[in-house]
Amino acid sequence: MLKHSVVLLFASVFLAQSASELRFSLRADPKTFHPLEVEDEASETIRYLTGGVLIRLNRSTQQIEGELASKWKVSENGRRIDFELRPKIAFSDGTPFTCEDVVYTLTQLMDPALHSPVGDGFRSTPGPLDAKCTGPSAVMARFPGPVAALAAQFDSVAMLSAHSPRKEAAVLGPFEVADYKPGSYVLLRRNPNYWKRDAAGKSLPYLDSIRLEIQQNRELELLRFRRGELDIVNKLDPEMYERLSSEMPHSVVDAGPSLDWEVVFLNELASSPLADYKRRWFRSEEFRRAISDAIHRDDLVRVVYRGHARAAVGPVSIANRFWLNAGLKPPVYSAASALDLLERQGFHRSGNSLFDRDGHKVEFSMITNAGNKLHERMLALIQQDLGQLGIQLNVVTLDFPSLIERISRSFDYESVLMAFTNIGLDPSDQMNVWLSSAANHQWNPNQKTPDTPWEAEIDRLMRAQAAAQEPGKRKAYFDKVQAIVADKAPMLFLVNPNVLSAVSPNVKNVAPATLRPQIYWNAERLYISGSLVSQR
Amino acid sequence: MNRTQKAALIVLAMVALAALAAGLLAPSYSQQFRDSISAPPSSRFPLGTDDLGRDRLARLLYGTRVSVLLAPAAALLSTLLAGLIGGTAGYLGGRWERIVTAAIDLFLSLPWLFLLLAIRALLPLNTSPVASVTITFLLLGCLGWASPARIIRAGTRSLANSDFLLQARAAGTPSARLIWRHLLPNLRPMLAAQFWLSIPVFILSEANLGLLGLGISEPLPSWGALLRELENYSAVLQNPWMLAPAVLLVAVVSCLQLLLRTEDRTPC
Amino acid sequence: MLTRVLLRQARRLLIVLLLGGLLGATLVRLGSGFGVDERELDPRLSPDTRAAIHAEHATENNIVIFYAHYLAGLARGDLGFSRSLNRPISKLLAERLPVSLESLAYGVLGGVALGLGLALLTVWWRVPGADLAPAVLSGLCLAVPAAVLALVFLWIGASGRWAIALIVFPHVYRYSKNVLAAMRQSPHVPAAEARGLSPARVFWAHVFTPAAPQLAAIAGLAVSLAFGASIPIEVICDTPGVGQLAWRAALDRDLPLLVIITMLIALMTLVANSLADLALAAWAPASDAF
Repeated sequence: MLKHSVVLLFASVFLAQSASELRFSLRADPKTFHPLEVEDEASETIRYLTGGVLIRLNRSTQQIEGELASKWKVSENGRRIDFELRPKIAFSDGTPFTCEDVVYTLTQLMDPALHSPVGDGFRSTPGPLDAKCTGPSAVMARFPGPVAALAAQFDSVAMLSAHSPRKEAAVLGPFEVADYKPGSYVLLRRNPNYWKRDAAGKSLPYLDSIRLEIQQNRELELLRFRRGELDIVNKLDPEMYERLSSEMPHSVVDAGPSLDWEVVFLNELASSPLADYKRRWFRSEEFRRAISDAIHRDDLVRVVYRGHARAAVGPVSIANRFWLNAGLKPPVYSAASALDLLERQGFHRSGNSLFDRDGHKVEFSMITNAGNKLHERMLALIQQDLGQLGIQLNVVTLDFPSLIERISRSFDYESVLMAFTNIGLDPSDQMNVWLSSAANHQWNPNQKTPDTPWEAEIDRLMRAQAAAQEPGKRKAYFDKVQAIVADKAPMLFLVNPNVLSAVSPNVKNVAPATLRPQIYWNAERLYISGSLVSQR
Repeated sequence: MNRTQKAALIVLAMVALAALAAGLLAPSYSQQFRDSISAPPSSRFPLGTDDLGRDRLARLLYGTRVSVLLAPAAALLSTLLAGLIGGTAGYLGGRWERIVTAAIDLFLSLPWLFLLLAIRALLPLNTSPVASVTITFLLLGCLGWASPARIIRAGTRSLANSDFLLQARAAGTPSARLIWRHLLPNLRPMLAAQFWLSIPVFILSEANLGLLGLGISEPLPSWGALLRELENYSAVLQNPWMLAPAVLLVAVVSCLQLLLRTEDRTPC
Repeated sequence: MLTRVLLRQARRLLIVLLLGGLLGATLVRLGSGFGVDERELDPRLSPDTRAAIHAEHATENNIVIFYAHYLAGLARGDLGFSRSLNRPISKLLAERLPVSLESLAYGVLGGVALGLGLALLTVWWRVPGADLAPAVLSGLCLAVPAAVLALVFLWIGASGRWAIALIVFPHVYRYSKNVLAAMRQSPHVPAAEARGLSPARVFWAHVFTPAAPQLAAIAGLAVSLAFGASIPIEVICDTPGVGQLAWRAALDRDLPLLVIITMLIALMTLVANSLADLALAAWAPASDAF
């Protein structure tokens, strides 16, 4: 009798529908629900939660895994990829997923009129795509030119249905868009046809829905989290983290250094509207290294980031385990060595000020984006640090469009403090930063020919790593790039901020990662405690 | 001057003296004591330190200099412009008043933020913080006249149609004398009210402009920049001494209000 | 007479709207950061994509041509497309205007009620120090940033939009008090008191009523102030109104959106001020303002 009751109890437990909803916020309205047109963070969040991809980057292990594709093979030096698709998968509206959908999606992706960062990652060379079904569930795609880390690029490509009447609203991810109230929220509900199951055979996702509140104000977001109205705050600044950790210690997560950089660069453009003597300073690698040595990175970490950051080594964060050149160390703070470097270049101190060999007082400005408290604080610290050398640093905060205009169009700036967000692990994502001819070679962009021998060498090494397929070879090339950057200091890498989040203790199966999206990367396996796991 | 106004005057004088003597009372507003960040009040730091280890009292005193000098200057400029334009429109009436009123309404609608951005872009990046903030407050003064001009226009028109002014006009009083002896004295309370109302508005405007890079640049402090810290409300709850700039500003604004209070010969 | 006044106001409205749109567009065009796009900093973009991004702004470079096209579209009922939010502007406004009107109602009604109410009390209740508490309260509201006021309301669980009322109130209080106090000092008031009229009748018939036209002028100011205050309050409280839209448009230099918002602000300012002027005209029909 007792056995019966227990069995019945468990049966009812397992057969009951759960009513669990995860709530967190988006910083802005999504600009698009079309997965291939995603350019902003809010749209990317929705794409991640609703899109089904052939290959996924596991944010925890940093290794790629098959999703909709059970197998794949890259050949022809990174031009061709063949997929074997998982059988019996359907879109959210029941339309079967076939190789034709893959061909359709890739054709859309490679349309020159699309103009998206996702598509651009595959367009290393102009030309048409050759994609076709090679079997009932096999598909081949040949790109016009080699694509570095070709398989990993598919992590961002959500499959579209070629046949569904719902078009891009038919999805293969764990959730689908159920409702959208502009300015207010986006509601995602579980995809009833999601293909994935857990180890016990239960269908995923565990959650019934995800509610994404549109919330720009971080103080409000934190207030709502404290009140239990939100389950996750995906990005906390260090001050909020400290506050929350004293009130709700079990709710805060420090996942360690992110892939992002905080960096300073000086204007080295030969044609910039700067005074000649200033241009000479900025184009001197000894001057740049002196500035780098004079900045107290440990204080930036301790004072601005409250310990939740790491002094940066170079263009690769310590979080990027494979690609980091482990032989490099962060610059050590030393005002003495900085002064020594400057004196060897003919600079000298007189009173509290530093002068160059021609008697010009060393004074320049550093701009950053206004409203960013971390940057404003960093600038105040850097100002004091450089003041120790007798350098007068004028701090200027600008609204973001004005800042972009100065560093990308008019080049009317002297130095900049900026944050760089790295989405992926692969150095090929940074090609346009390191190639001297590229627009994002921020300190001296769009060079017709490399301005310096070391930039020419970086060009050669970056192209070599993009063309090579073997990971070890690619790493060797990129290690050399990192070493040159550390030596010549075109960019002064300051810190890699940590990934700081808040998660309600009610949310289970959270495995914080340093790669975006840090907390909900495994959304299909998250559940709310006290809710029941549903079973189909 | 009654007792309350005398007390208000003493408070204002003390604030002004403290601001002038900032160099003696607190030597440096920019020095970072990096081992004492966000420290509570102590004998060394009577108002504690901020999140960069800077003496809050020093920053408050030096910020008082900036705000107490520049915000009233901007308020004076905007009040004078409002008085001139609104007063003239209300006095002359007719078509001239209609044109000016339409111009005021147009002026109020425009996104002047972009003018401020354009002017900031024209200024050299190495403009000193003092010059940059002076220009910002001057611009605020030049742009802040429109709302009060409307009120002054209405007040002037009401006065212009009043019996005593009609009587003076009928008696052959010249226009200049009418304005100087009869109109202005009666407009003074309105102008004074506008003046003291504008001061905290300009202080806070400077703080809000900081969000767009148009405020005071480091390391120079201002009340506006200090007040922005209050947005971090839970930090304020834990560190109530952060309210010092707000308390000081409220005290100054209330004292000004009491001191410049009109009129009213009644006990009120 | 009223028809003439209304026609005149309508003509003024149209001229100010058209001029306002053009001048607003010109200011945006002249402001730094126009035509740049945050996407330019994305290192993944190809040169073709960059060129396409630049081309998106090409139609806005000549402000006169842009405005002419914009007005032509406006005449057809097309309010344009917001590049920053990727949605038709008509839909954005349809969603957000009711929210902002609600914010305005909070601000104007709350601010006027509090300001005028305290002013009436202060002038009516003639005891020493009667204006001290309102003076300190209005000083507090003026001194504390809008963001902080809004956060306080949110923290106690109320709508952050009440902060708009607190921003409007000091201005309304101060001017109402001055107007009423000045009227109280008019010679006819002691004359009315000497005739034995009750304090209430003296106040309402001889202080408040004659002051009403000037008080009506403050209503226009209250609407302008409330609308100006609604922008930061909506941004801080994440209220999806026109104020938040204006802020986004300004940050993104979204020209079509900024033009229509400028016109909307002009319209609201003009309507509020025109109503105040009409009230003034009704009270002082001999005025040659019209």
